[in-house]
Amino acid sequence: MKTKVAIIGAGISGASIARVLSKYENLEVHLIEKAPDVGWGVSKANTALIHGGYDDDPDKYPTRAKLCIRGNRLWHRWVKELEIPHVWNGALIVATREEDFDELERLLERGRRNGVPEMRIVDKEELFHLEPGLTKEAIGALWVPIVGQIGPIPAVIAITENAVANGVKTHLETEVTGIRVENGEVKGVETSNGFIEADIVINAAGLYADRIARMAGIDYFEIHPRKGEYWIFDDDVPGPRRVLFPTPTPISKGIVVTTEISGHLMIGPNAQDLPPEEKENLATTREGLEQVWEGAKKLWPQLPPRSKVIRTFAGLRPEPTGGDFIIRAEEEVWGFINVAGIRSPGLTSAPAIAEEVAEIIQRDLGIQLREKSKWNPYRREISHLFMMSPEQVNEAVKRNPSYGKVVCRCNNVSEGDILEAIERMKLIGVKTPSVDSVKFRTKATTGTCQGSFCRPKIVELLAREYGVEPWKVTLKGKGSEIGVGDVKALLRGDA
Amino acid sequence: MFPRIPMLNYDVVVIGGGPAGMAAAVRAKELGLKVLLLDENDHLGGILPQCIHPGFGLHYFREELTGPEFAARLARKMVELGVEYKTAARVLEIKNYSDLEKVVVFTSPSGAYGVWARAVIYAAGARERHAFEIGIVGDRVSGVYTAGEAQTLMDIYGIMPGREVVIVGSGDVGLIMARRFALEGAKVKAVIELMPYPGGLARNVIILRDFDIPLYLSHKVVEVRGRGRVERVKVVKVDENLNEIPGSEFWIEADTLIISAGLVPNVKKLTAIGVEIDPSTGGPVVNDRLETSVPGIFVAGNALLINDLVDYVAEQGELAAEGAREFIENGGIGSRKWVKVEKGENVRLLAPHYLSGDRDVYLYLRVARPMEDVELRIPEIGKKMKLPVVKPAEMLRVKLKAEEIRKAEKLTVEVVRV
Repeated sequence: MKTKVAIIGAGISGASIARVLSKYENLEVHLIEKAPDVGWGVSKANTALIHGGYDDDPDKYPTRAKLCIRGNRLWHRWVKELEIPHVWNGALIVATREEDFDELERLLERGRRNGVPEMRIVDKEELFHLEPGLTKEAIGALWVPIVGQIGPIPAVIAITENAVANGVKTHLETEVTGIRVENGEVKGVETSNGFIEADIVINAAGLYADRIARMAGIDYFEIHPRKGEYWIFDDDVPGPRRVLFPTPTPISKGIVVTTEISGHLMIGPNAQDLPPEEKENLATTREGLEQVWEGAKKLWPQLPPRSKVIRTFAGLRPEPTGGDFIIRAEEEVWGFINVAGIRSPGLTSAPAIAEEVAEIIQRDLGIQLREKSKWNPYRREISHLFMMSPEQVNEAVKRNPSYGKVVCRCNNVSEGDILEAIERMKLIGVKTPSVDSVKFRTKATTGTCQGSFCRPKIVELLAREYGVEPWKVTLKGKGSEIGVGDVKALLRGDA
Repeated sequence: MFPRIPMLNYDVVVIGGGPAGMAAAVRAKELGLKVLLLDENDHLGGILPQCIHPGFGLHYFREELTGPEFAARLARKMVELGVEYKTAARVLEIKNYSDLEKVVVFTSPSGAYGVWARAVIYAAGARERHAFEIGIVGDRVSGVYTAGEAQTLMDIYGIMPGREVVIVGSGDVGLIMARRFALEGAKVKAVIELMPYPGGLARNVIILRDFDIPLYLSHKVVEVRGRGRVERVKVVKVDENLNEIPGSEFWIEADTLIISAGLVPNVKKLTAIGVEIDPSTGGPVVNDRLETSVPGIFVAGNALLINDLVDYVAEQGELAAEGAREFIENGGIGSRKWVKVEKGENVRLLAPHYLSGDRDVYLYLRVARPMEDVELRIPEIGKKMKLPVVKPAEMLRVKLKAEEIRKAEKLTVEVVRV
């Protein structure tokens, strides 16, 4: 008989857990998500870094310290198996004052304890060789070559697609309303779409992990949101080759300057603690963005004119009571596993978190996991016109002429790319057509014009493929429809 | 060089099938050149097919037309003359091997091709500035559109974007969209203009009175809030230096925010091959044949500078085609000397930047601020033109005679009070 597992939250943690658990033939895995698509919570808006593992103090935050470096190592394999966009460009933690070197020495020592390879302190000359555009105030840096960057939502999508291919069932637009516990054992999950029976419930609900835990009667922690804001600039603005950090302070890793994987200079985040009830407050603010600007300028003095910004955004990190990741089977409710407070470096740690959860299921719940004889570790990325040579385009148009037709001109995204994205959306159970779902799979609408040319065309394709009226296509799920009706709707009075 | 993609051969490739590109292709064909026009849309006409209002063509066709009518006339001429064109064809790259050897690589539903060409006329238009570029913060919600996108949604796709609308910018596009929304039964709650005067042509500013739409001069939208959809926008008053006045903030409830904050020439494909850009126009620096700093690359229309009338755009397309012909026949655009044109008092931008004195030219320019009873002067040649009123919204077009230009070492254009 199969053990039924319900994972709450299809973010980077939940999806990674689903993928790892899909390896076992005696598990039936359900991945439950309230949003219309995967990766739209905490995983959506962050610095997209695969951290080096030198940052977390193993005495204060042992789980973070252990899982970050392990996660970094696993990502090197996962990005290849799953064809996730990535770059391993290394990080520089930059000193601008003599006393910063004391902190860099501490980080170096901590990194060694955590098992981080190849780190060293570089002098000024080598630093400017690595990164010529840095502030002239820089006097040295800690060089961490294993740091990298990935596309966080593309990663969640890739992992989910692979998990589904290996038998995981997704339940999107399904909000958890209760956890059924009988005689100290979980029995399942009440949702907006009915009851899902489960022997094991894994709480990977991000910002809402405290609320979910309370549904199971566990209330020893609280999650509060910590907001970080970002600027992204046009792709013709020169950025650094490495990930640049300032020397950290006791409260923050500081404002990062980096060229994100699509080639855009990105700066951020600041850190602003919000009260626990503000878990939906993703608004950017003047003050926050200014703070980021000032911080970034200290490392990267040649920031572009403000007119070169193409997007600003904010993300929320789930800060748990105590500060360390909470990853454990709760003793008072058999079968309930918390994966809570997955703040930075949560993206980095996700694959390691997933393996940890498999370990917990065996060790603490005593369920012997039996590996499938055929488990497919691979997932193919969709086509991207912008990665094809003209010769490859000609091969692709033989299959389907839409691969030669550009829809998003800023990023050269073809109609064929978009149709593939829509097909993949349907494959993992995306029910509400949204422009954002296409955006995260294809990069359409993320360029210089921010979608003002291509969004209507994408809406048309989504409407056609989903069989809905075009104005009912959404930007990012129900309540964000593109329009209110056809052009005569208001005059007729029926909108 | 591209052994595995089909290579085509033309005298001139025109990039862009809007009014500038179509006029250029027509003229190039008339001048006997072998011309190919490429456009990335499914249809010819560029933005014109969605501009269903009248006001086009008074100079160029000497009659008032709608956008689709204007486009159709040029398209018909293309077909009559047998101009070759491809729609749904997106240029990926321009390669400049030498003055007379260029390759334009494009992709289309029939595949990727390279085109050998001796000259290129770049008429790829402009893009609109969006909400992030003008510093609006807050939530990223549905219902925030550029004016052009809203126009596409309404007039190409038949989608009504929203019910209660705030429009940022009182330029022509913003005003025309205010009327468009009002005509469909939407409530246009405000047009918000940063400057102390309206940004559009007088004939369009009247729209506000016709439809009883409030105009807030010296105001800006700073924030948008909502859950899935826009719910409200925050407006603040600015002083004469455009600094926000603390305490003057107020909120307007609306479900739609339309950004009409100006256009930016599309020049990335040009800067990639080293074309010099004029920061004040945002388009290339050009000579009086509309040739850029890279020989054989010509530019016309809104990719050159933002025009207020489509008629000027088409005129520039013809001029560029004539330049391309001269370039191909003579192996370059020659001149004994180039007279540089400089911006003087109250001139914000102008083009072309260098004049040969070999031919009469039109100078296109915009003032920085509105003025009344002024003279446009070019002191070096003693030229003076009386103008009752000048506005940044209205482009000035001045004809200079070849012999006037030849006399000068340089020319300075100024707009001064009489």
